[in-house]
Amino acid sequence: MFLELARVYAFIARFWREVFFPPYEFKEIIKQCYEVGVRSLPLISVTGFIIGIVFTNQSRPSLQDFGATSLLPALISVAIIRAIGPLVTAIIASGRVGSSIGAELGSMRVTEQIDAMEVSATNPYKFLVVSRVLATTLMIPALTMYTTLVSLLGGYLNVHQFEQTTIVTFFYQVFDAITFLDIIASSVKSVLFGFTIGMVGCYKGYYSSKGTEGVGKAANTSVVTAMFLLFVEELIVMQVINAIRGI
Amino acid sequence: MLEKVRNPNIDTSKKVIYIRGLRKAFDENVILKGVDLDLYKGENLVVLGRSGTGKSVLIKIISGLLSADTGEVNVLGQDVCCITRKELDALRLKIGFSFQNSALYDSMTVKENLEFPLVRHSKHMTEQERDKLIDTVLDAVGLRQSINQMPAELSGGQRKRIGIARTLILRPEIMLYDEPTAGLDPITCIEINNLINEVQERFNTSSIIITHDLTCARAVGDRVAMLLDGEFKREGTFDEVFDTNDKRVQAFYNYNFID
Repeated sequence: MFLELARVYAFIARFWREVFFPPYEFKEIIKQCYEVGVRSLPLISVTGFIIGIVFTNQSRPSLQDFGATSLLPALISVAIIRAIGPLVTAIIASGRVGSSIGAELGSMRVTEQIDAMEVSATNPYKFLVVSRVLATTLMIPALTMYTTLVSLLGGYLNVHQFEQTTIVTFFYQVFDAITFLDIIASSVKSVLFGFTIGMVGCYKGYYSSKGTEGVGKAANTSVVTAMFLLFVEELIVMQVINAIRGI
Repeated sequence: MLEKVRNPNIDTSKKVIYIRGLRKAFDENVILKGVDLDLYKGENLVVLGRSGTGKSVLIKIISGLLSADTGEVNVLGQDVCCITRKELDALRLKIGFSFQNSALYDSMTVKENLEFPLVRHSKHMTEQERDKLIDTVLDAVGLRQSINQMPAELSGGQRKRIGIARTLILRPEIMLYDEPTAGLDPITCIEINNLINEVQERFNTSSIIITHDLTCARAVGDRVAMLLDGEFKREGTFDEVFDTNDKRVQAFYNYNFID
């Protein structure tokens, strides 16, 4: 247990030691950004849109009981921007990207491709880990913004269908309900989520063993561990933001 | 079974690898119990032994992938156990490592596999120079036509050849072959054996070939060393190694050549 923690610490510390110093693997970083960002767009678009519609639809009856359906845009805005947007994006990314990183690196480990890089005097950590962690850390916040926008559009369509609100009024209420702190908190969370997904996937893959069984295990534990950590981080960031707000 | 004619260019006054008292254990399991080994310049040394006797561990220690528990592992005048990361990387450029399963980067084409070390370590080269060098090593392994193929599209023998080409591209002084003929059909084995000898002649490399294939050992080895119980118990020419009453050595020979 303590040995494992020490290894995790060393793995993360190595990232910070290597990320700022050359050589920089720009080509690989761009390739990974494309894999993480662009390739996730179709899934994120559909999921975000559906979540916006479903959340709005499920919230309406509660507000109707108090005759407060006019507050729906504000409610959707706070829920999606503060929590649902970053969390849903991160969960989808950890399923799609985290598992793929874990499996890819795990497969490279068991087929000695990582050793092959090392014996050719190439730093496999820099090429494989730094590039992937940077890609997830940069692209998850971008995907979060995109998911938030798509979810709000889904929410708007539902609100428009039942309350005949115009898009201008809807988004006026959306932005009126959130503060600068909400945007900052959401951004910080998504950066943290991106770093976590990349780091967990890389760690599990980089240290995988036991052949094909190990590859499957690396992919699986990448997702499970990342998701667990995402919720823990969500809780911690929420507490910190509430403390800042004085709640 | 053809026996290799000893390479006349071997310089026995110059040791490129010098190992003394090498010991390596994994937990309680002691794999290497004080190995002594010399590799001379221009020589092909075959290391024989049963599975699990530490043959691959030995060359992984030589290339710095594993660290020794105790002992001296001197490669090209440097003790790999005591050098910095930067010095180890510089040393690794002079060592080519051909992996048992080739270890080609499966997300890259053959050309990208060969370019990978070049782009990082020969930055002064132009793209044309790189392409020319890639063509040269692909010609050396007889697979120029596969330049744009993915590793998954290649046969086992072709993958081995490309793996060897990738190590040759940095012009190493020492080649380490881990089970070069494992899992290949007899004809492809002969081709790989010939390639190992061609590499020795053409690139003037010194090599350690890890195998339990005696046909390979006889075809490529200038000298043969047999790893038994974590030590080199038999060493010499192929015939000298097997000219013994040691039951374990005889069993090894019989397993290879008698059904």
